[in-house]
Amino acid sequence: MSGRKVKKSLSLTLSYIILIIMVIGSVYPALWVILGSVRPGKSLYSKSLIPSSFTLEHYRELFTSKSYMFGSWYMNTLKISIISMLIGIVLTLLTSYAVSRFRFRGRQTALSTVLILGMFPGFMSMIAIYLLLKEFHLLDTHLALIIVYAAGAPLGGTFIAKGFLDTIPRSLDEAARIDGASNFRIFTRIILPLSRPMLTYMALTQFVGPWVDFIFAKMVLRSKEKWTVAVGLYDMVSTNTNSNFTMFAAGAVLIAVPITILFMFLQRLLVEGLTSGASKG
Amino acid sequence: MDRYRNKATILSLISMGLGQIYNRQFIKGLIYLLIEAYAIIYFSSNLGRSLWGIVTLGDTPRMRVNGKWMEGDHSIFILIQSLITILLLIIFVIIYIMNVRDARKTAEKREKGIQPNSFKQSIRYVLDYKFAQAFLTLPAIGILFFTVMPIIFMVMLAFTNYSAPNHIPPAKLIDWVGFDTFRDLVSLKTWSHTFYGVLTWTIIWAVLSTVTTYFGGLLVALLINQKGIKFKGLWRTILIIPYAIPQLISLLVMRNMFNGQFGPVNQYLGYFGFGGLPWLTDPFWAKVTVIVVNMWVGIPVSMILIMGVLTTIPRDMYEAAEVDGANNYQKFRIVTLPMILFTTAPTLIAQFAGNINNFSAIYLLTSGNPVVGDYQYAGATDLLVTWLYKLTLDQNKYNMASAVGIIIFLIVASFSIYNYRRTKSFKEEDMIQ
Repeated sequence: MSGRKVKKSLSLTLSYIILIIMVIGSVYPALWVILGSVRPGKSLYSKSLIPSSFTLEHYRELFTSKSYMFGSWYMNTLKISIISMLIGIVLTLLTSYAVSRFRFRGRQTALSTVLILGMFPGFMSMIAIYLLLKEFHLLDTHLALIIVYAAGAPLGGTFIAKGFLDTIPRSLDEAARIDGASNFRIFTRIILPLSRPMLTYMALTQFVGPWVDFIFAKMVLRSKEKWTVAVGLYDMVSTNTNSNFTMFAAGAVLIAVPITILFMFLQRLLVEGLTSGASKG
Repeated sequence: MDRYRNKATILSLISMGLGQIYNRQFIKGLIYLLIEAYAIIYFSSNLGRSLWGIVTLGDTPRMRVNGKWMEGDHSIFILIQSLITILLLIIFVIIYIMNVRDARKTAEKREKGIQPNSFKQSIRYVLDYKFAQAFLTLPAIGILFFTVMPIIFMVMLAFTNYSAPNHIPPAKLIDWVGFDTFRDLVSLKTWSHTFYGVLTWTIIWAVLSTVTTYFGGLLVALLINQKGIKFKGLWRTILIIPYAIPQLISLLVMRNMFNGQFGPVNQYLGYFGFGGLPWLTDPFWAKVTVIVVNMWVGIPVSMILIMGVLTTIPRDMYEAAEVDGANNYQKFRIVTLPMILFTTAPTLIAQFAGNINNFSAIYLLTSGNPVVGDYQYAGATDLLVTWLYKLTLDQNKYNMASAVGIIIFLIVASFSIYNYRRTKSFKEEDMIQ
């Protein structure tokens, strides 16, 4: 073998080794928490990664125990996320369609305003929203969360959605308009079907939001039976980590597995969504 | 010829809807009249009080009269109610102006002998020509009340003395104090020491976390993209996993893994004969931990992004470089790197701005701890934004918190606006269409 070849296979081997180390690093935490969730006992500490015996007790306890109302948390979250996803998508689509397709007075200003508003730290508005909800007697209700998540959707999603809609050729709209289609018809018949990838992306991010947002949910929801899973989970970790760990692990797996599978499944779309909104070159 | 014009204008100025009724647009006129009737009822009972409220923020504190507590003014409720009323007033004025303009326009048309639109035709007209505005009303109202109003409210708080323990309603009133809060923040020793300390760490964090994830991602993307590496798709799919797991979960899991007493990380260090490290409890090591964990979370995103860019680099550029006798390193430096940097620069800046506000990475992992003794309510890993959170929810120092929030906003906004304006999609936007 020539020296060049040796050098090449050496660098390839090295690359494989680095890749394998990285793979272990990426997968290990997930593996650790899954195995932790089927480990008997409650402690965080375990002698080895793979437990000597397996149990599904923690999963059962999550749904049956009096102090963890995981079942109702799960249903709460599901309800909130589905409703706020639907409203949020409609609002975002309306906004992005309007700013992408129409030229009207104040359009640039509106766009810049949305952009600038998105840069305020969310917590700044939290106290005000809290007081606002209190005014309307909406504290400790799921409606409050739905309203806030849905109203916040256009702020985050408009730019990505607009970036996508901009790529749908305008000639399609114009052709339809010549055929006598109204704006509304163009929207439902042409724009909506063509923006399926973006819709999926938006639906997914909107849907996942309530599952992983604990800050706001924690502020609004007081009574334990109304909590969402994120609040419940954070509560398990922040109070007494070591004695609750296996339960936390089981809860974490129940939330993470569906979402992770969804994400992996829609990976390609996600990448498109991630890059299309940013900028083109 | 202004037979109708002036009459319609004056009538609609006197009361909303009269001009429309004069123009024989009865339904439209009636709707306007109803709006006005409602507005008059609402504002006559609220407007005076809210103007008084926003100037004084209430003037009767809670008092003890004959042994009983008499409820006084609640400054914060007064402030927020005033704000809502004033916003509604602005909306009302806009509708009023629209009403006058509409009446005048229709009257002009009548002078030219055109029949005014029937109600059905008006709706049709809006849907065809004012579609965007009509479409945008609903989201705009949502944004107005759930984003704009809260932000104005919080900005106003920065100019009051709303803070624990001395100025918390309903027991005490709060007052406008002008720029005192900001002055305290930057020059009063106890506050400024914390502020500059946290600010410095925020900037260090933003730079380090952005750079490490970006170049980490670049490295992985290049590794996988090398000629001769097999199962490219498989590597990619596995390495993307950290991105797919919800951050809430993965960060909470990491918090457990790095637990100094029971966590597996120290356990493994023990196997290899090293002592355990105080990952989350020592100021220096806690900072290392958040950076490392953030790499774990962030590298996959950069990897996907950069792999996407790599596929778009034209092959002939490499071939041209080969013809000129470039070796692999030179090809990387002259072709690959500039192309990637050029394409991903906006994302890079956006990530940087995002990291300044990266609340969850810090709060879920360390909660900003370990606590630093001479800081005001902040810990060693606290960013400005987590400090803001603590000031608000744990310490009730609302005025200080909103001052910090305004400063964060100024920093982040300047980066983002610069970034947005230099992207092509902004500059060339109207050329595409």
